[in-house]
Amino acid sequence: MDDILFPHQHILGIEGMGPDAITAILDLSESYVALNRQRDKKRGDLRGRTVINVFFESSTRTRTSFELAGKRLGADVINIAVEASAINKGETLLDTAMTLNAMHPDVLVVRHPFSGAVQLISEKVECAVINAGDGWHEHPTQALLDALTIRRRLGRLAGLDVAICGDVAHSRVARSNILLLHTMGAFVRVVAPPTLVPADADRLGVDVYHDMAEGLKDVDIVMMLRIQTERMRGSLIPSQREYFRYYGLDAEKLKAAKPDALIMHPGPMNRGIEIDSDVADDINRSVIPEQVEMGVAVRMACLDLLTRNVIANYGEDGTDGGDA
Amino acid sequence: MRRAFVNARLLDPASGLDQTGGLLVLGEKIADIGPHIRPDQLSPDIEWVDCHGHCLAPGLVDMRTQFREPGEEHKETIDSISRAAATGGITALVGLPNTRPVIDDVAVVEFVARRAREVKLVKVFVYGAVTRGLEGKNLTELGLLREAGALAFTDGLKAVRDAQVMRNALSYAKAFDALIIQHPEDPDLAEGGHMNEGELATRLGLAGIPAAAESILLERDRRLVALTGGRYHAAHVSSGEGLEIVRRAKSQGLRFTADTAPPYFALNELEVEDYRTFAKVSPPLRSEQDRMAVVQALKDGTIDVIASDHAPHDQESKRIPFAQAEPGIAGVETLLPLALELYHDGVLPLLDLLAKMTVAPARLLGLELGTLGIGRPADLVLFDLDRPWRLNVKGGIGKSKNAPYDGRPVQGQVRMTVVDGRIVYQAAEKPEG
Repeated sequence: MDDILFPHQHILGIEGMGPDAITAILDLSESYVALNRQRDKKRGDLRGRTVINVFFESSTRTRTSFELAGKRLGADVINIAVEASAINKGETLLDTAMTLNAMHPDVLVVRHPFSGAVQLISEKVECAVINAGDGWHEHPTQALLDALTIRRRLGRLAGLDVAICGDVAHSRVARSNILLLHTMGAFVRVVAPPTLVPADADRLGVDVYHDMAEGLKDVDIVMMLRIQTERMRGSLIPSQREYFRYYGLDAEKLKAAKPDALIMHPGPMNRGIEIDSDVADDINRSVIPEQVEMGVAVRMACLDLLTRNVIANYGEDGTDGGDA
Repeated sequence: MRRAFVNARLLDPASGLDQTGGLLVLGEKIADIGPHIRPDQLSPDIEWVDCHGHCLAPGLVDMRTQFREPGEEHKETIDSISRAAATGGITALVGLPNTRPVIDDVAVVEFVARRAREVKLVKVFVYGAVTRGLEGKNLTELGLLREAGALAFTDGLKAVRDAQVMRNALSYAKAFDALIIQHPEDPDLAEGGHMNEGELATRLGLAGIPAAAESILLERDRRLVALTGGRYHAAHVSSGEGLEIVRRAKSQGLRFTADTAPPYFALNELEVEDYRTFAKVSPPLRSEQDRMAVVQALKDGTIDVIASDHAPHDQESKRIPFAQAEPGIAGVETLLPLALELYHDGVLPLLDLLAKMTVAPARLLGLELGTLGIGRPADLVLFDLDRPWRLNVKGGIGKSKNAPYDGRPVQGQVRMTVVDGRIVYQAAEKPEG
C-alpha cells in the first residue's frame, strides 16, 4: 500500500477532496474491515504514535469509533472532553490547541459545536487534524463510512440515486455526504420541509423535494438524518407528531423507493420521529449497524494515511510518499 | 499662528471649488482662500507649507465610529482612535453610545468631552442612546443629552426593535429637531445569524441573515417617519432591497437619509470564505449584486454619507470560531483610500465623493465643519490623489488591527491632517514634487 496517493495533511472536510483521495481511503478501509472481523484485531502500524480525541461537544459513538480505530492500530489514544459551557470562559480555543500541540501528538481528532473551529485549530498545530464534526459544516468520516457501506453493498457509487431526508439545514452529515456523493458521481436529492432546507441548497447540485413520495421515488439509497432538536431555533417544525406524519420514514413511504433500496441513518436514531422502528430494524434493508462497523474501518484508514504523511513529511523512514 | 498652504489643488465640496491656489489660516480659522495666495504674495511672518499640487480638502467628518472608551480600553481609546483618525485624514469623529457605561446619561457625555480635551488631536463627538441602557424600552433624556453635546441619537449596533418606541423617539425628538439613527436590521430575523444568507453560508454551515432583515425594518421605519415627520438616518445600508426603500422614502420627501461604509462597497460576502472573522460585520457583507447596488446608490445620491463604521476588536474577539467572533472592521485609517477607489473607478466625481465624507455628514449633524469657507475652523486634509500603495493594516496606528484589507493595492494617500490650524499628522516621507 506504499503507493497510495493521499495528498492531504489533514482531513477537515470532503470539500477539496478529489475522487482519487476518496477512493484511496475507501480501498484502504476495506482491508481494515477484514482485520476488524478477525479474532486478533491489533496491529502495530501506529505504535509509538499518539492520537488525541478532543471533543468540545459530547459524543459516544464517534469518539468510541476513533478510540478503537487508534488502539487497533497500536497508537496511544487519549480522550479529552471539554464542556461546551466552558468554551466561552477562560482558555481560548487557540490556547487549547497550542497546549495540545506542545505535547507532540501525531493526530488530533476534533469535534466542535461551531463551524470552522476545527480548521482554525489545524492552522495552529503541527500535527495532522481530523474533523470529527464541526457545527453544521462537515463530518467527513461519516460521509466516508456511508460511502464505504454503500460501495460494499451495491458495488459502486457512481450513478446511484440517493435521497437525504430530514434536517438538512442543521446537518454536517448531510453537507459532507452531498459533497462526497456528488464528487463520486451519484445523484443526490434532499427531502425535507422547506424550513429544514438550507438557503440555496439547489446550488450544491442537489434536487430539493418537500414530499417524501416524490423525493424517494426510485432511489437506491434512503439516508435519514437525525432531527437536531437541540440546534433548532424558532419554530421550524410544529410538532414531532406532524414531522413523523409527513417526513418520518415508515414502510408506506418507503414503497416509493426501489424495492431493494438501502436504509441508512448516522445515529443516534429518534425512533418514531424521523424513522419507524419496523423500518430501522428491517434486516434486509437497514444497514444502520453496518455503518457503525464501517466507521471503525474508515477511521483506521484515515489515521493510517495521515500518519504516513507525517512520517513522510518528517522524513523518518526515508519514504517519499505524501508529497505527490 | 499664521500659516498658509500654498500650491494646492483646493477642493471644497460645499462650494464646488476645485482650483489651484492657497489657503490662509489665522489662529484656528480659515482666513482666506484662492489662487492669489502664493508664496511671493505672503508677508514674511507667515509660515507656509508647500502642498506640491496635492489635494487640500476639508478634513473628513466620520459619523460612525466606536471609541471603546469608557469600558473596553484594551480595544481602543479616545487617544488611540484620535491618532489613527488623524493618520486617515479625519478631523472629526462621532462615537456610538455602546460604551460601558452606555452613553445614556449626561455624565458620560461629559466624560468623553473631557477626555477629548485632554487628548486634543481631532474633534471628538458622541451620540446619545435612544433608549436607556440600549435596552429598547425607555427613552433617554434626549433634550438634556443634546444640551450636553450629544449630536444625535442611536442605539448603536442594536436596532430599536419596538415600533412604538421608535415612533415615540422620532416624534419626541422633533421638539429638538434631533436626528434618530437606526441600525436597520430586524433583530428576530437576524438572531443567531453570522453572515449573508445564501449558498456560501450553506456551504460553510453558518446561519445566515437574509437581506429581508434590513428591508423589513427600513420599510417599517419609513412608515413611522411618514407618521411622525421625524428625522431619520439609516446607518450602513447593505442591500439592494434596503436601498430601494431609502430611495422611496426620499422620493416621498421624508427626512430620511442613509450612509454606508467601505466594507459594503469594497467587499462582498466572498471575503468570509475560510471563516475569515476579520470580514464578519453587522450587517453582514452581502452578494456582489448588493455591493453593486450600494455603488449605484452612492452614485445616484440615495446614500448621503460614507462613514468608516470603525469597530475595533482585539485578537481575542476575532481569533475564535466565526460564530463566536465579534462583528466589525477597524476603518478610520483606511476610509479615504478605500473611498477614493470610487473616484478612480469612475463611479463618483472627486467633489461628490468628498462631499459624502465632509459637508454632508456635517450638515446632517448640525456641525459647522466640512467646508473650506472663510471663518470656518481650519480642519484640513492634504492628500496625494494618485499615489499607489498597499494598505498595511498590521502596521496601523489604532490599537486594533481587525481589517481584511492588508496588502490591498489602493491609490491616494494622506500627507497631512490639520485640526483648528494645528498639524496633527504629517506623512513621514516628503511627497514627490
